[in-house]
Amino acid sequence: MSHASSDAKPTPRVPAPDKLSSRRLPRWSPLAIAVGAVAIGAAIGAGAGLSSHIQWGLIALALFVLGSYAITARVEGTRQAKDRVATSLIWSSFVVAVIPLYSLVQTTISKGVKVLDGTFLTHSMNNVLTIQPGGGVYHAIIGTLEQVGIATVIAAPIGILTAVYLVEYGRGTLAKWVTFFVDVMTGVPSIVAGLFILSLWFVLVGSAPASGFAGSLALAILMLPVVVRSTEEMLKLVPNELREASLALGVPKWRTITKVVIPTAIGGITTGVMLAISRIAGESAPIALLVFGSNLINTNPFSGPQSSLPYYIYQQYGNGNDPSYNRAWAAALVLIAFVMILNAVARGIARWKAPKTGR
Amino acid sequence: MTTIETPPAAAPPRKAATVTRAGDRVFAAMSRGSGILLLVVMAAIAVFLTVRAASAISKDHGNFLTTFEWTPSLNPPVFGIAVLAYGTVVSSIIAMLIAVPIALGIALFITHYAPRRLGGPIAYVIDLLAAVPSIIYGLWGALFLVPHLKGLNLWLDNYLSWTVIFHKSDPNSAARSLFTVGILLAIMILPIITNVSREVINQVPKMHQEAALALGATRWEVIRLSVLPFARSGVISASMLGLGRALGETMAVATVLSASPVLSAHILDPVGGTFSQNIVAKFGEADEFGRDALIASGLVLFVITLLVNGAARLIIARRKEYSGANA
Repeated sequence: MSHASSDAKPTPRVPAPDKLSSRRLPRWSPLAIAVGAVAIGAAIGAGAGLSSHIQWGLIALALFVLGSYAITARVEGTRQAKDRVATSLIWSSFVVAVIPLYSLVQTTISKGVKVLDGTFLTHSMNNVLTIQPGGGVYHAIIGTLEQVGIATVIAAPIGILTAVYLVEYGRGTLAKWVTFFVDVMTGVPSIVAGLFILSLWFVLVGSAPASGFAGSLALAILMLPVVVRSTEEMLKLVPNELREASLALGVPKWRTITKVVIPTAIGGITTGVMLAISRIAGESAPIALLVFGSNLINTNPFSGPQSSLPYYIYQQYGNGNDPSYNRAWAAALVLIAFVMILNAVARGIARWKAPKTGR
Repeated sequence: MTTIETPPAAAPPRKAATVTRAGDRVFAAMSRGSGILLLVVMAAIAVFLTVRAASAISKDHGNFLTTFEWTPSLNPPVFGIAVLAYGTVVSSIIAMLIAVPIALGIALFITHYAPRRLGGPIAYVIDLLAAVPSIIYGLWGALFLVPHLKGLNLWLDNYLSWTVIFHKSDPNSAARSLFTVGILLAIMILPIITNVSREVINQVPKMHQEAALALGATRWEVIRLSVLPFARSGVISASMLGLGRALGETMAVATVLSASPVLSAHILDPVGGTFSQNIVAKFGEADEFGRDALIASGLVLFVITLLVNGAARLIIARRKEYSGANA
């Protein structure tokens, strides 16, 4: 049937393409317009004596957008011209965004490797004057690991249980309020979480805290909603058939949840917790208020000031001299590597353990 | 046989209806308790901040809302949030003006314009960038962005000085201004706005877009007529999430801005301050009363971010109810 019709049609429709399709620019035209725009932009830039090459680029970009609009509008019509302008604006917005983000990563790496070595990772700032080179981040790494560890121990179980409540038990008003406030809590600024723990200490203890533990509590507040949200999403992905099969075998609901539902979603839950860890590992504002920072190694998170990687960077930046800046960049590289590795591993687990649904 | 089998067959339903297992009750109580704990924490944040803030504000000899200076250590103490509120709002507005269009552009680029093989990796990289700690943005902003923006500052001052906004009182001062802070905040919130917008745009029904294409629409017309109307509320709420982050951002502002209690319409001048920057900067030297005063300013910030985030979430929730996507 279809063969017969397609065989029959071509002959009467030979002249049709000319009427149906309008005039089009050749495929190489955007490139040609771009080359022309760059050439004219450079000529104007050089002619007017503009020193900044960014200005040359901006002139060329403006010429390209205007030129492609004008030429396309003449040949193909204004609708096509608008389409081309939109395309070039969207491409350029991508390029504009990539430049600072690339520069951020590139600067951190190139400046960070200057003083990053074994000594830097295994020494504290004890007895190192701020204007001297040397010293390291060992105490800050210990502080970060302990504070983030305690925060995780507090926030992960509470967060996972809250998510279980929302998905498995939650009906009615309480669940609605919890859902809404989880969302709102995601937006609590880190400095406010720090101030809250500070006022808690003032009211309950009567003095300002200076311990890693106080910082951990603030970090736990920041971590909690992230864990709840991601765990909730993962639990929702667990197929209902699994729950029903387990319940039908007479397994109690809580055993169903702990032995069937959570193991099925464990990959996603782990990912969520790790992403939350990577978020709080970079928080410095609550540490500045609650842990105060220290140049010495303090392995006890419950008494005495500690340091942490992000706070260390802030401190070194505040010193305002080149050796300190070098240390700050190196610590930034350590922190960024820590966060990125955590992120990459978490996403890897997510892909590897993703629950198979819908089949 | 039959006489033995009937009783157990009848028994289980009755049993299942009456028995509540201890394990079930404990587990249900634990999970409900966690949910309630979360609400309690939110309430506690509000209560504790309010208690400490009230005691500080009652001793304030200036007007808390209109005073420029932040000098709680004076006798009598004088402090107010006028400069901080202005700086927070202005820097966030600059950030939003820059970030929202570009983020929307990137989201559209990933979903509709990029070669298909590139879209996934780009989205992944932008996901990763959302995780870069703010202190690193701050370090980069202070040591890299500030010197590099000097040229742009001079250019704006030269050609747009007549707008008052872009007038720079001292052309040679460093670019540690609210304008620079706004640009840095824009770069910081770009990934999160892009990610959320991209997810919303991905949910636009393929049918709508194919229908538009079938009617002869160009790619831009498909976006304008079928993608953007559908994604509008999602993009708005994504922007508000970004706004919430920009309002509360601490370290990136604290490292870049050279703060002083001056409220200036010239956004290129290195003056001003924001709530969170002021808290971190003044905390070290503050006594207990001074810290209470800072808690009072933190409470204002908390309320503002609460309102912005709550509004964003309500928009998302309303959209879920009315969208025909999953129907």
